[in-house]
Amino acid sequence: MHISVTVDGTAYQADVEPRTLLVHWLREGIGKVGTVVGCDTSNCGSCTVLLDGRSVKSCSVLAVQADGSSVTTIQGLSDGNEWHPVQTAFKECHGLQCGYCTPGMVMSTVDLLSENPNPTEAEIREGLEGNLCRCTGYHNIVKSVALAADLMGGSTK
Amino acid sequence: MIPVAFDYVRPSTVDEAVAALVAGGEDAKVMVGGQSLMPVLRLRLGAPSLIVDCSRIDEMIGIREEGDSIVIGAGTTHHAVMNNDLVKRYVTLLAQATATVADPQIRHRGTMGGSLAHADPAGDLPAVAAALDATFTIAGPGGRRTVAASDFFVDYFTTAVGDDEVLASVSFPKREGWGSHYEKFNRTAQAWAIVGVAAAVRMEGGRIAEARIGLTNVGTTPIRARSVEAALVGAADAAAIAAASESAADGTAPTTDIHADAEYRSHLTRVLTKRAVQKAAGM
Ligand SMILES: Cc1cc2nc3c(=O)[nH]c(=O)nc-3n(C[C@H](O)[C@H](O)[C@H](O)COP(=O)(O)OP(=O)(O)OC[C@H]3O[C@@H](n4cnc5c(N)ncnc54)[C@H](O)[C@@H]3O)c2cc1C
Ligand code: FES
Ligand code: FES
Repeated sequence: MHISVTVDGTAYQADVEPRTLLVHWLREGIGKVGTVVGCDTSNCGSCTVLLDGRSVKSCSVLAVQADGSSVTTIQGLSDGNEWHPVQTAFKECHGLQCGYCTPGMVMSTVDLLSENPNPTEAEIREGLEGNLCRCTGYHNIVKSVALAADLMGGSTK
Repeated sequence: MIPVAFDYVRPSTVDEAVAALVAGGEDAKVMVGGQSLMPVLRLRLGAPSLIVDCSRIDEMIGIREEGDSIVIGAGTTHHAVMNNDLVKRYVTLLAQATATVADPQIRHRGTMGGSLAHADPAGDLPAVAAALDATFTIAGPGGRRTVAASDFFVDYFTTAVGDDEVLASVSFPKREGWGSHYEKFNRTAQAWAIVGVAAAVRMEGGRIAEARIGLTNVGTTPIRARSVEAALVGAADAAAIAAASESAADGTAPTTDIHADAEYRSHLTRVLTKRAVQKAAGM
């Protein structure tokens, strides 16, 4: 089936099999390998991207379902060489260990802060409940999100 | 894993969707949010030959006021439902329970109708629909029909929606000013309910005048705790609610699994009913 999808600001046209998962098309179809797959059960959230501005698990969406939509992956967050504040905050607070969950954590954080620029610690933890960190580095991830909120103009309660 | 190959259509009206299901026969499957179906396809627990994607049917999306009811399109996402002002005001229990479903990413895609049509005994919304006496509008080759919540949930993962039918919308009677609470017991964030209790109460002069209680995951379908509902009428304090909740597990048929055995689920049913009603009533 033919699809037109804008990914990280670039318009793509492609022919895909209906069974192609969005994450597979992103990785194998157009080389967006920053988005990773961590499970087969829709649990881990490492594949999280923004679909028309909202966080989704790209392993749980068909590429054909993204037809006509706009996708933002971790590779589309920075502005040239200028990192997105959420990326900066994860680096500053050591919000990653092995880094596998990080693309998903960062994208979920971008979504969380767009809806709630001023999250409490509890709201941060709830807001990231769809993302698992196998290294269990949650403490610094929560700190990173709080710093990101500050950097972006909100101030965490 | 990669799903088994299938054909895919994306109808733009309910009638087109029904026609596609009829043409596709037994192996055709509706997908809306895909948040229950995608894991099934990926793990190859199911292999439909045709996916009928109903996520872009305007008629199935949105929330509107219709007389004494709030009508919610089956394809409205969990995220839209829980943040909608009409739902928060008139169907508060639904907004509360929806906020406990899965996680933000899944709530952005998953739909209210999908949860109800999927009818997982551990799903949170069936008990709410049962407690609030929702009415389901189902479209099929013979036209539209409405089904009461008491007839909608038939069995484990089985509803009144036939293979060639689509759940179009669900209507909830407006209940403004009721107190409500969804008490969900689970092991970890993002996990399914081991037991859940959906409670709504109408207060009059500091006493419970009317109560509605739906139970999650203590039977093959959601269960109304009718004896508790009756016993709660007139309750004016936390102790009276606790006493009325003692019969909450009567008539349930909980299963034993890796998370909890049946006896523990019965215990939870009583305790969570008490908590849910006390919070709903503010006592
Ligand atoms: C990790 C994870 C955690 C979850 N946790 C919870 C939880 O805590 N509580 C909870 O309640 N749910 C939970 N869910 C399920 C989630 O809420 C799903 O969104 C929901 O159950 C299905 O909605 P959907 O629109 O995605 O349906 P789909 O996946 O598209 O469809 C599910 C089934 O329903 C049928 N169907 C869907 N819509 C219709 C319709 N309009 N007419 C006819 N048939 C239809 C499909 O054919 C399919 O059989 C979880 C899911 C995941 C992956
Ligand atoms: S890969 Fe685990 S949720 Fe998508
Ligand atoms: S940093 Fe290793 S999985 Fe999170």
